[in-house]
Amino acid sequence: MFQGGGVPLSWYLILSAILFSLGVAGFLFRKNIITVFMSIELMLNAVNLSFVAFSYKLQQVNGHIFAFFVMVVAAAEAAVGLAIILTVYKNRSSLDIDDVSEMKN
Amino acid sequence: MEFYVISLVKIAVVFAGFMTVLAYLQWVERKVIAHVQVRVGPNRVGPHGLLQPMADIIKLVTKEGFLPSHVHKFFYLLAPFIAVSMALVSISIIPFGSEIKVFGYTTWMQLTDLNVGILFVLAISSLGVYGIALAGWSSNNKYSLLGGLRSSAQMISYELPLSLAITAPLLIAGTLSLREIVQSQGGYNFGFLPRWSVFAGPFPQVFSFIIFVIAGFAETNRVPFDLPEAENELVAGFHTEYSSMQFASFFMAEYANMVTITCITTILFLGGWQPLFPASLGSNYLPPLLLFFVGALLLFNGLNPRRRKDRFSLPVFAVVFFLLGILFLVPAVKPILVPFFWFAAKVGFLLFTFIWIRGTLPRFRYDQLMSFAWKFLFPAALINLLITGLLVALTAK
Amino acid sequence: MDLFFFVVFAVVAIGGGVSVVLQTHPISSALSLVAVMGSLAVLYLLLGAEFIAMAQVIVYAGAIMVLFLFVIMLLNSGGETKPGRSAMVKVLGVPVLAGFVAIIAYVFSLSFNDTLAVHFGGFSDGSARSIGRAIFGAYLLPFEVTSVLILVAILGAVVLARKELD
Repeated sequence: MFQGGGVPLSWYLILSAILFSLGVAGFLFRKNIITVFMSIELMLNAVNLSFVAFSYKLQQVNGHIFAFFVMVVAAAEAAVGLAIILTVYKNRSSLDIDDVSEMKN
Repeated sequence: MEFYVISLVKIAVVFAGFMTVLAYLQWVERKVIAHVQVRVGPNRVGPHGLLQPMADIIKLVTKEGFLPSHVHKFFYLLAPFIAVSMALVSISIIPFGSEIKVFGYTTWMQLTDLNVGILFVLAISSLGVYGIALAGWSSNNKYSLLGGLRSSAQMISYELPLSLAITAPLLIAGTLSLREIVQSQGGYNFGFLPRWSVFAGPFPQVFSFIIFVIAGFAETNRVPFDLPEAENELVAGFHTEYSSMQFASFFMAEYANMVTITCITTILFLGGWQPLFPASLGSNYLPPLLLFFVGALLLFNGLNPRRRKDRFSLPVFAVVFFLLGILFLVPAVKPILVPFFWFAAKVGFLLFTFIWIRGTLPRFRYDQLMSFAWKFLFPAALINLLITGLLVALTAK
Repeated sequence: MDLFFFVVFAVVAIGGGVSVVLQTHPISSALSLVAVMGSLAVLYLLLGAEFIAMAQVIVYAGAIMVLFLFVIMLLNSGGETKPGRSAMVKVLGVPVLAGFVAIIAYVFSLSFNDTLAVHFGGFSDGSARSIGRAIFGAYLLPFEVTSVLILVAILGAVVLARKELD
């Protein structure tokens, strides 16, 4: 089984789904703002993997272009998001998302 | 199957050569800086201090390696590992020469060739930042943290002019693979001027070369950009809490980065292993002539020595150089040795420039360094790319 | 060989993903995320996407994650303390997640069960040349718009991180 053959395409998509659900779990259950942000990046990476896998299936380069744009947008979002996190830390001295909400209950 | 065996042999040869070059690069640096500063440098351990690297290795290996109690253990041990592995990986795609036939097997003098070779080098140098940042942070010491952060910020700031300076000769070469970049710089204009990137095409890449070399100095934390490291002499740097083998790893990583940057400069701008003038004008005989000349010089100084010890050591070195010169005339090994000689000569010249500048220039202050990168070098590289792109587009067929 | 590399790097990616979610200290999470991105870069190489693989390492692992690492080191707020979670989350969390993933896996393996297997070298259009052609050909407008997006992000980050002038 190690020679020849290849890897079925559905395995790549399953891996992408697993990583995406791990990202969702981290996003919902963690309390540190930075870890929540990193779970978002994990979700974006999982989506990139399925874009590239489908690009292989359809034998076109468009999936790669989508993945490239996702990377660019993630970079811009990371820059602004981390600046926001720094400002939040400066104002509240805590990185706990429960301390940031000012709405009652 | 034979592909794997050949690859293993090549890996062994390149690794052994690279380790020796790293060890003796330190000797060369100490001797050259010493002579720049009108002193002698190491000359006690072995003739002219040639066994000094061995002594240093023995010292560093046998020193007591302690693990301070207040550090984050996993990252403290991981950081030199990352720094060294990233520094050593880049040697795997550098072409040292052209295609050769050894014992009936045809192979290239390169461990492997990637389609996106130059992007691989950029990727590995981006990952090298982690070693320094983690070393500074895990030492749990505010001076180390500041030194590590400053050094990482410097490295990622200078990656931008580095990458932009790379793209201009890539526009002229038309490919990202290192082997093909060197091959596209073959041939001669007007019969004698080599088509290296610095002389070539619609726009000689002189500005790219200068920007790349300056950014290369900053990427490898060498003078005049070594403030994060020279804090070592003032207060502390990112490797203050490290001892023996881990400190040696950081040291080795710095020299390996230096060798990698000079190899990439040679490949992109100075034509890799292409000779300076055509073989029809006798460039195959330049290496043995140079070696014979150096051997004769050593023999002359050995016969009228200024110190009594030189009476034995210098003629021995002269004989070694004569034998090397004769080796270059043997036709079986000529296609292996001559391109490698040109590559090594160009890399050696650039390394000598690195060491020469270390002995000559003072260092920049940190804010001067950062504003130089963002306010001068990055716009300059961008303008250079625009001009190159315009000229390539205008003269394209 | 393809199967071997896929399994090894998929295991590293999943292990890294679990580690991102479960580690207490943000630096450990950040480094696990770097490991995930590295193994994804290898998987992109297996899928023939050589430019995207290198861009992943240069942009994501080499720049974005370094930015994360800087912010974590500068803020230096230490690991997260684990408060009590509700019982429902603790008991049902992992099984529900595993069930969800199993359903998705089953659906995928049924619907993509054609004979297409991913071979290394089966897709030759992933080079910088074809990506360049697509970006400067069909996708020129999105490319220019993302450059404006990056400019906006730079301005936003500079304004947010500036010290207030009193």
